[in-house]
Amino acid sequence: METSTLETIQKTKQKTLISGSEAVVKCLLAEGITTIYGYPGGAIMPVYDALYDYQEELHHVLTRHEQGATHAAQGYARISGKVGVAMATSGPGATNLVTGLADAYIDSTPLVCITGQVGSHLLGSDAFQETDIIGISTPVTKWNHQITNAQEIPEVFAKAFYIARSGRPGPVLIDITKDAQFETFDFEYKTCTHIRSYKPNPKCDPKAIETAAALINSAKKPLVVWGQGVLLGQAETIFQQVIEKAGLPAAWTILGASAIPTEHPLNVGMVGMHGNYAPNKLTNECDVLIAIGMRFDDRVTGNLETYAKQAKVIHFEIDPAEIHKNVYADVPVLGDAKANLEALLPMLASKEHKDWLQRFQELYQIEHETIIQKDLFPAKNGLTMGEVMQQINQASHGEAAIVSDVGQHQMIACRYAKFNHSKSNITSGGLGTMGFALPAAIGAKMAEPQREVVAIIGDGGYQMTIQELGTVFQTQTAVKIVVLNNEFLGMVRQWQQLFFDKRYASTEMTNPDFVTIAKGYHIPAQRVTQRTELKDAITTMMQHDGPYFLEVCVEKEYNVFPMIPTGASVSDIRLT
Amino acid sequence: MKTSTQRYTVSIYTENNVGLLNRISAIFQRRHINIDSINSSISEIEGVSRWTIVVEVSEAQIRKIIGQIERQVEVIRAQYFTDEETIYQESGLFKVASELLFEERQIQNIIKESHARIVTVNRQFFVLEKSGRKEEVSSLYEQLKPFGIMQFVRSGRIAVTKEPIQITSLLAAFNE
Repeated sequence: METSTLETIQKTKQKTLISGSEAVVKCLLAEGITTIYGYPGGAIMPVYDALYDYQEELHHVLTRHEQGATHAAQGYARISGKVGVAMATSGPGATNLVTGLADAYIDSTPLVCITGQVGSHLLGSDAFQETDIIGISTPVTKWNHQITNAQEIPEVFAKAFYIARSGRPGPVLIDITKDAQFETFDFEYKTCTHIRSYKPNPKCDPKAIETAAALINSAKKPLVVWGQGVLLGQAETIFQQVIEKAGLPAAWTILGASAIPTEHPLNVGMVGMHGNYAPNKLTNECDVLIAIGMRFDDRVTGNLETYAKQAKVIHFEIDPAEIHKNVYADVPVLGDAKANLEALLPMLASKEHKDWLQRFQELYQIEHETIIQKDLFPAKNGLTMGEVMQQINQASHGEAAIVSDVGQHQMIACRYAKFNHSKSNITSGGLGTMGFALPAAIGAKMAEPQREVVAIIGDGGYQMTIQELGTVFQTQTAVKIVVLNNEFLGMVRQWQQLFFDKRYASTEMTNPDFVTIAKGYHIPAQRVTQRTELKDAITTMMQHDGPYFLEVCVEKEYNVFPMIPTGASVSDIRLT
Repeated sequence: MKTSTQRYTVSIYTENNVGLLNRISAIFQRRHINIDSINSSISEIEGVSRWTIVVEVSEAQIRKIIGQIERQVEVIRAQYFTDEETIYQESGLFKVASELLFEERQIQNIIKESHARIVTVNRQFFVLEKSGRKEEVSSLYEQLKPFGIMQFVRSGRIAVTKEPIQITSLLAAFNE
């Protein structure tokens, strides 16, 4: 070989030697990541130092708490369908990620979380800010891995992204020792498309689909209950075609909301504890229950012993562990929702089920008279959460994404929000994490800046992550923050009223001046206490260009109905 | 309503990676299930571990547990079996003072009848190894106990199935 050629090769070779921390950044860029959320600290400093050189390509958002970083990454993932990324240091930084990981795990949200770790020679020595985050995060991650030398970085990151987004999505965590961040190596990135022990998309069984089609075609009173699987599988269009062709009334779990427009004639509302009257009641009358991408959560089913016992159950599901887990499926249809519904569509007979749909209408009328009218158009003095949602719907025309926290306001938001587009209802469903909404709204707005993002939060949950107002201010993220203040932990208070003899133990809240706090962050803010002010205030908020805070003081002791008390049957849903 | 429980042997093939013990044991721990015995070692396939876990649960529980184990990224296959479906053994080691071997003739008979194997003998002690079902190991323990046992340890259960487990199909699954 000629000397000059050799020199060139050596030069190029030298150029590709990079540090582990720069490799982390390059891996994220290779996976198409443009925004990450995090908080620096000792053990992750080399990665932050590398980020400094890539500020143009990779936008790091400094949240005010690591939990906020995870929820922001979740909001980002939920609205966009992309993988959210959060980063933290070792020890307390890492443990602060746990709530977000658990939330993402139970709600199947694709996340990659990166934590710094003490140097590998210090592992197990109780070093400063050392914690066993791999051990701690194992039960709440789809996969996790500790990197102790830089060479592992590309392969582990490629695997992490593949695992997070494939099959039933979920969070993964990568822990990187500080020495691995400093170590230099020859970087090369290959995306991962296969792991030998991992089969994310179980093969679709044509026979199961034929059986399902025959059952649907012979059904007199079919009912679809769909969940987030329809959104995660990007199956919205084919799903709508299926229910339209076969004339299937379809109800949703809270994570399934928005897959088809709220006003679609076959959309019969929400199932579960505070869902709509008709779909809950008729779950115990339908002859074929078609579950699509949902997992029969206890908040959906109520008492399993009396749940849809009269019905044949068809279960479209990507995760084999969900089949027969809570409800026995007569016809399990494993695999990707989109592929399976596409195979199903041509086998379906065109039907209308007019009389059966009429039953939903009748029960809706009952619910409307006893509850909905009162919630949305109250005659009494106090403001209701429902009328706030109604005004937001009026202003957004159903175009906004609604990010709700956890509690009464969440149920009201999910019940009444109008959605025209999929991936518009972002809420903590499975884990019920108070404090989710504010940071999640930041992530959602950053992922889809062209969309209106409205956070609906209670006064309790708001104060769990209120510090993220700092993130809103610093990044000028144009989220609309609505706090529905009833000076109570409202849902717990409702239970205390109904089941604990009105003993309001530790649920009353003495709140600060939320408007002043928002103004302290230079966020324009307004408080509404009268019905006459509400419409204008919401219009002002929606028309404002940047972030905006609106506090609505609502009636203190208002209850969310309908309600299926814990342990009761779905058909014993209470209207009062 | 109390559902009836029985003993199941869980057989798992996994990647041989750090942290899997934690991940798998967490699945039992989360459901408040005590593990009767656990054995993990390298299998006949390179880089693959085979686990044998014994638990006492209901059939509905074991089916869900297997589902949860199988969905772990690094688990290749998980299955469960009843005692009737497997041939299973465990092993016990008994350390006994050497003088007893010469002073107590009965000990020699016990060793002979139990088909235990003498692993080592020195001036101070000898070590017996007995493989068999749990009850057989226990029975030897009960027989030796009156004479004084210096140390005793038993292994977890290992088991093979009566029906063939298709290792080739397992390998084929890797290359799908």
